[in-house]
Amino acid sequence: MKRNLRYLALFAVLTLVLAACGDGEGGDTTTTAGGDTTTSAAADTTTTAGGGTSTTAGGETTTTAGAAPDGTGRTVGMAFDVGGRGDLSFNDLAAAAWDNAIAEYGITGQELAPDAGGENREENLRLLAEAGQELIIANGFAFAQNVWRVGTEFPDTMFAITDDCPQDDTFTVVEMPNVRCMLFSEEQGSFLMGVAAALKSTSGTVGFIGGVETPLILKFQAGFETGAAAANPDINILPAVYLTQVPDFTGFNDPVKGKEAALALYGQGADVIYHAAGGSGLGLFEAADELSTDDSHLWAIGVDADQYESVGDPVLQEHILTSMLKRVDVAVDKAIVDFLNDEFTPGPIRLGLAEGGIGYATSGGFVDDIAADLDGYAEQIIAGEIEVPTEPAA
Amino acid sequence: MKSGRLLTTVVAPLIALVIAFGIAALALLLVDIDPIAAYQEMLSFGLSTESLIITVNNALPLFVSALAVAIGFKMGLFNIGVEGAYLLAALFAAYVGAQFSITPILHVSAILLVAAAVGAFWAWIPAVLKVKRGVHEVISTIMLNYIAFALSAYLFLNVFRAETAGLTVATDLIPETGWIPSLNPILAWFGIEARAGANLHGFLFIAIFLGIGYHFLVNKSRFGYDLRSSGANPTAAHASGVDPKKMVIRTMLISGALAGLVGIAPLLGFYHQYPQDFPRNFGFNGIAVALLGRNHPVGMAFGALLFGFMQRSSLILDLVDVPKEIVTIIQGIVVLAVVIVYEIISRYVNRRVIASAAAATETAPDAPPVAA
Repeated sequence: MKRNLRYLALFAVLTLVLAACGDGEGGDTTTTAGGDTTTSAAADTTTTAGGGTSTTAGGETTTTAGAAPDGTGRTVGMAFDVGGRGDLSFNDLAAAAWDNAIAEYGITGQELAPDAGGENREENLRLLAEAGQELIIANGFAFAQNVWRVGTEFPDTMFAITDDCPQDDTFTVVEMPNVRCMLFSEEQGSFLMGVAAALKSTSGTVGFIGGVETPLILKFQAGFETGAAAANPDINILPAVYLTQVPDFTGFNDPVKGKEAALALYGQGADVIYHAAGGSGLGLFEAADELSTDDSHLWAIGVDADQYESVGDPVLQEHILTSMLKRVDVAVDKAIVDFLNDEFTPGPIRLGLAEGGIGYATSGGFVDDIAADLDGYAEQIIAGEIEVPTEPAA
Repeated sequence: MKSGRLLTTVVAPLIALVIAFGIAALALLLVDIDPIAAYQEMLSFGLSTESLIITVNNALPLFVSALAVAIGFKMGLFNIGVEGAYLLAALFAAYVGAQFSITPILHVSAILLVAAAVGAFWAWIPAVLKVKRGVHEVISTIMLNYIAFALSAYLFLNVFRAETAGLTVATDLIPETGWIPSLNPILAWFGIEARAGANLHGFLFIAIFLGIGYHFLVNKSRFGYDLRSSGANPTAAHASGVDPKKMVIRTMLISGALAGLVGIAPLLGFYHQYPQDFPRNFGFNGIAVALLGRNHPVGMAFGALLFGFMQRSSLILDLVDVPKEIVTIIQGIVVLAVVIVYEIISRYVNRRVIASAAAATETAPDAPPVAA
């Protein structure tokens, strides 16, 4: 019995240590290669959808028209969401703009990333505020209530939150004099990804992988499915796969789960898969490479950043058809520049196709043949002729 | 004997701590970081008033979780299912608590009751499986964790979710009568003023009460005697009239009820609703705390405070460019080390006891082999 007890105790310890390992994963702040390349790469090769109607979204980040503002002695803090630096998408885009502001404008700042589960988002915000950061970027919709609480406690600190506006604990959106919210029309870009998937698919079957099942990611799914059906009414869209459900946010940073899901979808006949799963997307690219044969070339579509460039691995690049560009870097840069120029305005700022905040990537040249179709749909969306839903059809 | 117990209960954890911090220091040196500076940074940040309050707040759920695990340990039952039980219980408690508003004390009691009932029910399943079908509780509770995660995610997203304007998902806000007030006004009496965001949870009193209750239940009651004797020697306990099946069911029900209360401190003291980022891992870390505290309420309180302190003080590390994962390493090693060191010391103590017994009888022919 005693011996048994000991083994079991050891087993319990191992469970725990494993759990602890899982816990640490992803909460890191190490800089990975690719974090820096994102901006410049995206800037070089981006075509903003909508043809001539809007200026290139690229380039804007690094050189915001005119003289760079002077940030000497000013502090801007960065609170990443789950995944932190190195996710090759959402967080790296924000990091790129922030790094650029440090290098070009001379600001100083501190950065924090939450645990894998994201429970300490609010503590991170409060730490940055206590450390005296004048402007704090809260990079993620999950900060909505945290920004409301911390923003109320620190009325002299400015906040800029990505993807959502601050809400109190009854979910009433609160207008706060010190908070700007940076909102994107992801469904518009995702619609174009659906069009690209439908036009490029030879099997007639496409799929979607979401990181965490939340209303934000449902927007991506809704846009993608509508776009695919618009381009080809006979397209077979496999049921969307979500890697985790709230309150488990690890789905945004779990390439292994991403790969499993992708293998399953490709196995069901899909030959183009779009992901909105942050760092888990890497697993999709690997799956595409693994299952591709001489007869069938499988495609994957990236998200947020131009993942053809941010992934950088030629083996995987072959499979990255395009990426839905969500210019978090543009929004973060704008927030910092406005703040430095004393032009920081609170309240919502919307960035869609028309504003150059959403677009698609052309790196690799895989969508050159359908660019006219994509731009045509983009123009219709901008003109309001197509209204893209933000929730998937039941 | 007395000195032997002191040796094992106090010295073993201390040695384990030294080993853990030592190995972590080596790891830091490997990545060219000065460990002394890093530890100093943690200490000076961790000892501020706000940090100490948050340390206690962090420790509360860990302590309750450790109690839930420890009561099973006492009779050789391994309830690994605390993690799933508390998430499910907190979700139900948040939902039910938001449906009505009555006198504060009654409202809080009702919420506690719901949480404990859900937790107890969740632990009852593996208990029945074990008693009726002989399914080992380690397997069934681990598997039930995954069911609990999936079930709570489903209920959260589809049934208990409040109508929200933005992208955030959460349950409805519990009316103020269901909140457990902060103890900061009491701290203020003593001249301790904390900055915003650091509110000492009133759940502290409930946790202390649970710790005392645990002590009396295990050490001073008939049930506790049966519990400990079943753990020490199930066959002998059975022979003396203890029904092992009843003991398994009862112990798991108590363990589950405690597990249900794990999430109450953050729920009623901070969130006042079940949010999408409700804190996780208290269940798993509670196992570590129970091992660290050797199932003793005071020991587990210290273990929980230690973990709570490390969790809080690690936050500063990112700001000074030290990977805060180092704290996860420390936590892992300290638990492994405490098990090993305890084993070594108890062997040493056993040998000393045997030697002194042999010396006392003088004519003892051969010392019996050392019990492993």
